[in-house]
Amino acid sequence: MSAGAHSSPSVGPEEYQPVFTEQMLEQLQEILARYPTKQAALLPALWLVQRARGWISDRHMAEVAEVLGLTPAYVKGVVTFYTMYHQHPVGRHFVQVCTTSPCNICGAEAVVQALLTATGAKELGATSPDGKWTVIEVECLGACGFATPVLVDDDFIESVTPEKVPEIVRKYK
Amino acid sequence: MGYPHKPHPKETVLLSRYFGEADARTYKGWVKRGGYAALEQARAMEPARVIDIVKESGLRGRGGAGFPTGLKWSFMPKEKKKPHYLCVNADESEPGTFKDREIMRWTPHALLEGTAIAAHAIQADVAYIYIRGEFTEPLAIMEKALTDARSAGVFGDLKIHLHRGAGAYICGEETALMNSIEGKRGNPRIKPPFPAAAGVFGMPTTINNVETLAAVPPILTKGAAWYKSLSLSSPKSTGTKLFSVCGHVQQPGNYEVTLGFPLKDLVYELCGGMRPGRTLKACIPGGSSVPILDRAETESCLLDYEGVVERGSMLGSGGVIVFDDSADMVYQIMRLARFYAHESCAQCTQCREGTAWTTKILERILAGQGKPADLDLLLDLAENMTGKTICVLSDSCAAPVVSGIKKFRSEFEEYIAGRRQPVLVA
Repeated sequence: MSAGAHSSPSVGPEEYQPVFTEQMLEQLQEILARYPTKQAALLPALWLVQRARGWISDRHMAEVAEVLGLTPAYVKGVVTFYTMYHQHPVGRHFVQVCTTSPCNICGAEAVVQALLTATGAKELGATSPDGKWTVIEVECLGACGFATPVLVDDDFIESVTPEKVPEIVRKYK
Repeated sequence: MGYPHKPHPKETVLLSRYFGEADARTYKGWVKRGGYAALEQARAMEPARVIDIVKESGLRGRGGAGFPTGLKWSFMPKEKKKPHYLCVNADESEPGTFKDREIMRWTPHALLEGTAIAAHAIQADVAYIYIRGEFTEPLAIMEKALTDARSAGVFGDLKIHLHRGAGAYICGEETALMNSIEGKRGNPRIKPPFPAAAGVFGMPTTINNVETLAAVPPILTKGAAWYKSLSLSSPKSTGTKLFSVCGHVQQPGNYEVTLGFPLKDLVYELCGGMRPGRTLKACIPGGSSVPILDRAETESCLLDYEGVVERGSMLGSGGVIVFDDSADMVYQIMRLARFYAHESCAQCTQCREGTAWTTKILERILAGQGKPADLDLLLDLAENMTGKTICVLSDSCAAPVVSGIKKFRSEFEEYIAGRRQPVLVA
């Protein structure tokens, strides 16, 4: 699903705050020790950036490229391959709803509608006006027997029905 | 057991025995249940002997392809000249499949023990467990289990690392998985070279599925002959298998049965059958990448590698998707095609274009704008998507389309003839 409704990033290059400061570089060193090449630390390094900043900007990609001895273009090529790296700022809570066949026949599309309404995000990929919520449809979350699974940030919630949605949304307010 | 339901008497619980028991997740709890004894046993043996035992057991890969595990291990160089690697495929993303998730959530040490045994057998120095990015809970549980077992010193010199994916179905393909570990886009590689010759970081590598490795410790403690005796039909299909059942059944969940178990009993007895007033229409027996079975085929199908092939499909990953008579097969097949279009890595033309056009044509049919020639066009496309690409993602998109048109042709024709209310696809 497209994420077209985001405003452009407001942080200019002159205000850039590096992600890999001393403490983060220590974490990166631990990661690097697991692999025979520096490049192999790319996916974990991108996760570190996303956890710290909420999304991965072109400037972040350039920083990752620098610390791992890669080119920014290469890093961008990898970031754009994987769907879980945010290339735009997203709401404070990021909601992923599975709508692939097994969940689809169990009513996943109604769960999506309920989430769009309850969060005020209204549109898939858009962020609610209060900046709290972004809801997207995703392909198979690997919990088909627990239809419909919903991932709110890192919380994996099983067997969500439209009726349960308002309570879930309330919990994260 | 039929997690999250009570075990059914017809199940044979080997891998799922401790599902639901939080204590089994802990290192102490696992040791109390006899855990890590198999690893000790394996370590006392020559690697070749471990491979022989697994060969004798008849264990076959549980990720989808069903390749004999011991034979796969034996492809690794006997004389070690370079570092050897083991990659554990925990990128479970095949629609309909959710068994590895349960193994990691409830018995993380079963996977770690199997991993360490396999690493010993193939003389690997390092093992990477590649867990899909969305599996936040299994990842946290595996991290804890790994830290605890590591500090207890059970792995010796072996290094086991977790590697988190970032959202890409294709990384469950073994060569794409290796690229992803290397920090690359998850594009599958052309084979040969096969991983045992040049795998991750160009070194000899074996890739095994979570369920396959979790089955290894009991094979060592109870013996190959015992494991081999677990077989209800074909002697080429041995042991137990977890079947993830989802869709229109009363009790979806994971069920563990001996291979050769009737699919009919799984659906109607273990899973409680259809909802009241509904009848079974179709079933995908091995994850979304395998051909769809109709009702008669489902009810006469035996769940082992040979039995499912006899009915025209494949055992695959054991992800059983059940559709009752309320399901719109055209819509659901479109959803599956859309899944593959979304997940195509776009390297091969047949896949990149084929999955996208298949989806568009199916959407057009659903919207009431299909043409009579569209069905032949879909079949023609499918033929050009089968056996012609680097990996089988393209073939996997074609499988439900071809079998769907063959078995539910009238549903497609009703949309094309304007006898069904058009569905506007979002």
